[in-house]
Amino acid sequence: MQKEYICIHCPLSCDLTLTDDNGILSVTGNTCKRGEDYAKNEYRNPLRMLTTTLRLEQGDSKLLPVISSDMIPKEKLGECLDLLYSISVTAPVTSGDVVYKNILNTGVDILAAKTVVMQP
Amino acid sequence: MRTAELVIIGGGPAGMAAAVKAQELGIQDIVILERDSHLGGILQQCIHDGFGLHRFGKQLSGCSYAQIFVDQVQKKGIQVECNTMVLEITQEKKIIAVNDKEGLMEIQADAVILAMGCRERTRPQVRILGTRPAGVLTAGAVQRYINMEGWKPGERAVILGSGDIGLIMARRMTLEGIFVEGVYEVMPNLGGLRRNKAQCLDDYQIPLHLSTTVVRVHGKRRLEGVTVAEVGPDRKPVPGTKRYISCDLLVLSVGLIPENELSRKAGIVMDPVTKGPVVDDQMMTSIPGIFAAGNVGAVFDLVDYVSQTGEQAAQGACQYLKDSGKNVLEHSVKAGENVSFVFPQKFSSEHQKQAEFYLRVKKTMRQATVHVWCGEKELCQKKVPFATPPEMVAVKVPLAGTENHSITIEVEQEVKG
Repeated sequence: MQKEYICIHCPLSCDLTLTDDNGILSVTGNTCKRGEDYAKNEYRNPLRMLTTTLRLEQGDSKLLPVISSDMIPKEKLGECLDLLYSISVTAPVTSGDVVYKNILNTGVDILAAKTVVMQP
Repeated sequence: MRTAELVIIGGGPAGMAAAVKAQELGIQDIVILERDSHLGGILQQCIHDGFGLHRFGKQLSGCSYAQIFVDQVQKKGIQVECNTMVLEITQEKKIIAVNDKEGLMEIQADAVILAMGCRERTRPQVRILGTRPAGVLTAGAVQRYINMEGWKPGERAVILGSGDIGLIMARRMTLEGIFVEGVYEVMPNLGGLRRNKAQCLDDYQIPLHLSTTVVRVHGKRRLEGVTVAEVGPDRKPVPGTKRYISCDLLVLSVGLIPENELSRKAGIVMDPVTKGPVVDDQMMTSIPGIFAAGNVGAVFDLVDYVSQTGEQAAQGACQYLKDSGKNVLEHSVKAGENVSFVFPQKFSSEHQKQAEFYLRVKKTMRQATVHVWCGEKELCQKKVPFATPPEMVAVKVPLAGTENHSITIEVEQEVKG
């Protein structure tokens, strides 16, 4: 069977065609290795980066932007967001700090994407 | 009167990169004037990833990209005045600004870098008929409300415009529990990058309606709905295609314009196509000692290039402060076949051996080649596997042998895309 994808790795947005020949996957239309990996992931286990904001206590801004340390299975994004919306972080925070470790046992950490000092 | 060697107007990615570079090049007395409460510019509200692939080799979020420069500005002890609004810049490089600590202040600068960025087009600029209720917002305003203020600006949204900001906000609003009814685009093609359609619309089953636009806004105090209609090749509504959509939020993602009130008031020569100052390869405007960096000069799609132009402007300012008054002959750079504009618009072969030029193509092309001509002589060419209007092309051009001549940059299409 065949599946069509648009690669999201870079602005080229390659049109990818994945063929599943009895479990052997092949990809055409990609211009680099990342495109091939992307199509195979999309077929087996689609992955996405997660970015959102967290409630922030005592900071000099209201919210803390965060980013996942790696990609997360797409079907778990909603559950991850629900979890993240239920917690809050207290300033000071340094960009890159782990604010939630191994979210939903994905092996992926949630990192602060900004340095926030305490409210003066 | 206060004085400074270099005053930078705006503390976004262009201004911060310029400040850091200028300090590295030995300029000591630098001041950044920023009207927001924090440095970072628009990146502060860009919590999504995809920034910095060229410069740092990885996909950062907008906030983390900004943080790298904020940290450098702080580490180097560069002076920053936040909450400070510049009101006027004179031809003599006197800056009049205001803030709540000092009131009205004047700074006499030896050199100035304009880094005010750009601003969104708003409803009057796309001429939508109807009432003027609350709930009609630009995509950037919605982004700031959600990502920085923690506000939810509506429950049911319609997005007009399929540029990248509109697509990013479609996903963001969905994740924040706002129902996105659809994205409407007046043109027959997607405004932004296809990868953003894939990951922002398709992932969340948000429909995209091409050749369709919002023709009327309904509601008295609060937006109640919009009427959309399909448009023909003349972009006029096709009779019989009108449809009413109930919504309390209309998000406009209808383009960006460089913010140049200060530049115009100073009498700087502007480019009617980029809507920014005409600059040379050192990013110097028509007023010697005043430079422009980033989106104030032309709207970029990659922040990496914005930072780069900030650094180029810093180099230019440094050169100017060293040998101010030295006259260099400037030649023009022309946009040739398939090119809508080239930035910078001028260059001088006396400044440097090669210069970076940024251009936007007029149509989508596969296997395209950028040719740079100086009269009959081809200075260089660059193969571009995929060229599309939403994505700027950068090309390094060797300037040897261009004495007293202008250059033309054109893009040739080998296979129809």
